[in-house]
Amino acid sequence: MEFLFRIFRYDSLKDEHPYFQDFFYETKEKKSVLEALMEIRNEQDSTLAFRYSCREAICGSCAMVLNGNFDLACRTELQALESSLIVIEPLPNLEIQKDLVVDMEPFWEALSQIKPYLFPDKKIQEKGHRIEEREMEKIFQYINCIMCGCCYSVCPVVSRDERYLGAAALAKLYRFVKDPRDKRRFSDLSGVNTEGGAWGCDTVFRCNEVCPKDVRPADGIEALRRKLVVEKIKRIFGFRR
Amino acid sequence: MISQDILIVGGGLAGLAAALSCDSHLKVAVISKVHPLRSHSVAAQGGINAALGNNPDGKDDSWERHAFDTIKGSDYLADQDVAEVMCQKAVSTIYELEYLGVPFSRFPGGLIAQRPFGGAGFPRTCYAADRTGLVILHTLFEQSIRKQVKFYNEWLVTKLVVKDGKCLGVVVYDLATGQIMPVRTRAAIFATGGYGRVYSKTTNAYINHGSGTGIAYKAGVPLRDMEFVQFHPTSLFGKNILITEGARGEGGYLVNNKGKRFMADYAPSTMELAPRDIVARAIQTEIDKGNGFDDQYIHLDLRHIAEEKIKKRLPGIREICINFAGIDPVEAPIPIQPAQHYSMGGIDIDPKCASQVEGFFAAGECACVGVHGANRLGGNSLLDTVVFGKISGEEASVYIKGSEGTNSDEKILLEEALEVKTRVEEWEKRDSGEKIHRLLERLKVVMSEKVGIFRKKEDLTEGMEKISELKEDYKRVYLSGNCLRYSQELVNLLEFDSMLDLAEVITLGALRREETRGSHYRLDFKERNDKDWLKHTLASCKEGKPQISYSGVNISKYEPEARKY
Repeated sequence: MEFLFRIFRYDSLKDEHPYFQDFFYETKEKKSVLEALMEIRNEQDSTLAFRYSCREAICGSCAMVLNGNFDLACRTELQALESSLIVIEPLPNLEIQKDLVVDMEPFWEALSQIKPYLFPDKKIQEKGHRIEEREMEKIFQYINCIMCGCCYSVCPVVSRDERYLGAAALAKLYRFVKDPRDKRRFSDLSGVNTEGGAWGCDTVFRCNEVCPKDVRPADGIEALRRKLVVEKIKRIFGFRR
Repeated sequence: MISQDILIVGGGLAGLAAALSCDSHLKVAVISKVHPLRSHSVAAQGGINAALGNNPDGKDDSWERHAFDTIKGSDYLADQDVAEVMCQKAVSTIYELEYLGVPFSRFPGGLIAQRPFGGAGFPRTCYAADRTGLVILHTLFEQSIRKQVKFYNEWLVTKLVVKDGKCLGVVVYDLATGQIMPVRTRAAIFATGGYGRVYSKTTNAYINHGSGTGIAYKAGVPLRDMEFVQFHPTSLFGKNILITEGARGEGGYLVNNKGKRFMADYAPSTMELAPRDIVARAIQTEIDKGNGFDDQYIHLDLRHIAEEKIKKRLPGIREICINFAGIDPVEAPIPIQPAQHYSMGGIDIDPKCASQVEGFFAAGECACVGVHGANRLGGNSLLDTVVFGKISGEEASVYIKGSEGTNSDEKILLEEALEVKTRVEEWEKRDSGEKIHRLLERLKVVMSEKVGIFRKKEDLTEGMEKISELKEDYKRVYLSGNCLRYSQELVNLLEFDSMLDLAEVITLGALRREETRGSHYRLDFKERNDKDWLKHTLASCKEGKPQISYSGVNISKYEPEARKY
């Protein structure tokens, strides 16, 4: 099978403008986009830059835009794209460093802002927290997140509002809020009770569509909103101080 | 010049555990060639061992039983005192991880769940479905956000600088800028992971070139027991992606083309849950005898397991099979074959994770503290990373408090960085020669064909010759691209030096060790020989060549006996 790869090229330190470069690629076997990219780099242009690590859709390195689809290059087979022309672009909403390598720093910064760690009970229980599996299962959806950045990049709110934390960080926060072991207080959530936080989401659910791990991060954002409203009502009516 | 008290190299589980345990008054940073969450620890699946005794079938479990299983599994090459330390600390380690937020799967009643694993007398492997590495790595990374650990990501360490037996710092290649520069540190902890990509069939990530181990060796730190290479029995045929031992722990069968559960012929009492070396050899033997499918793989059959159980306990495996093989294990058997998986050997360290070089520590797969011996049990590697990662951070902190800071190292560090720069300039200047990815491919083939699951003198000798040829060819490599930013070609050029050294040490150790023990199987010496070979192999780099010596094994409680399963 023959393919024409049209790959986005840009060196933020050298090039004035980005451009697309074409590479012919031929293979007899089934190959992933990542394998093809590696062969193109090895055989045709060693300066072609892209990230990768695990090649099994668990490390989150190789998210990119493949013929308009946000996905991991390692888990996408060439044939699955159903086109002999394969256009590859870097994740949008992030500054391009070189070719398909983007600066993920704002994405990580958003993650650190939501305090992504358990606020445990001060008292340590012997043999750990006693939690029924069905309670833990409620967060399993969110712990599947591999922080690939697809949801952040596809989000229309991120593209227009730099305050917005994005779906991955908010879903991660909900993973902790929903964790039966977490003792976070309502006041600890004030940082996301904002337009830059849970209320920023446009609910167009592009994040749910593109997530390669089926996390459905918007579910988490919606649940977080419900939580914020319920907690606020409780306070207004004095159920809780 | 960037200057640290403690520099941790590697952001996987061992590196993050180290970072979190360093004294918070010290200036600590983690250097990693990828973002920490991209480290290969993330791909660990099945679980982490600790004798919690939570499983109804594991009430009589104890850390002593865990230690015994580990030692027996190691074919008695583990240092028994260190194995005991690990197994004793395992229990509190799991509860600490749980307290930090790791979402372990649970038993009814809410206790942490435990599943059976290979070579274990009781079900003692704690897990979070089949994404145990992912959840522990993410938890420790999130804790490092809480503790505001300093990270330098996408920096490749290319050199360890040692002077007069003391660690002074490292030289790094910053991928984002293309710069090569020195970093000074009073202590360094290497947690750089394994070298799986020295082999063509491996479960390891593409990044696992093992260069951390290689540059420590180059700097004069001995490597221990490198000939012991673990081949995992069950990697997905084709891509060699890991299919967790947990699949067998949950009841999966290994079946040959005659429809037979052939493990009955190899380990009748434990069947599929024999240790990995034994199962991997059994599978390869079946394939070699013509009992495989297409002469390349056998079947891991989960179809008799309830669909609900597969979806709950092995969702990641199901996803991998669907994504990468187009089959659903609920409906079809998984085609599997053995593949390189883990390095029992590594940087020679003592139980405090300290090496012979003052101020230089190591932990995790890049290191050999002596707990895995000749064969590691499944579920013990995550445990090793967290237990010894933590110890390395604590011990490096203790070392700093007792050592004096010096300021006179800058000149040496700058000279060492200049040496790396000069090497890179040489590669840039050449406009023809050997392409590095071709050499990489050749090395992988040599290691897979000559230093694989079954070994013999002729193959190993030939392997040594081919590695020498590759060393010659490596002198003629060149950089074909003209940009040093995010240059994977440069990463490969820099790391290949280490890969050649590691290949040489693995092969030479295997050639010299004329016995069969654990993962090291010699067709020409099929028996274990405790009289001559119950000893560790040590390889030191002397003028670019490995020098082999041997050291004793700590046998504190359990006299070696025949290993039957």
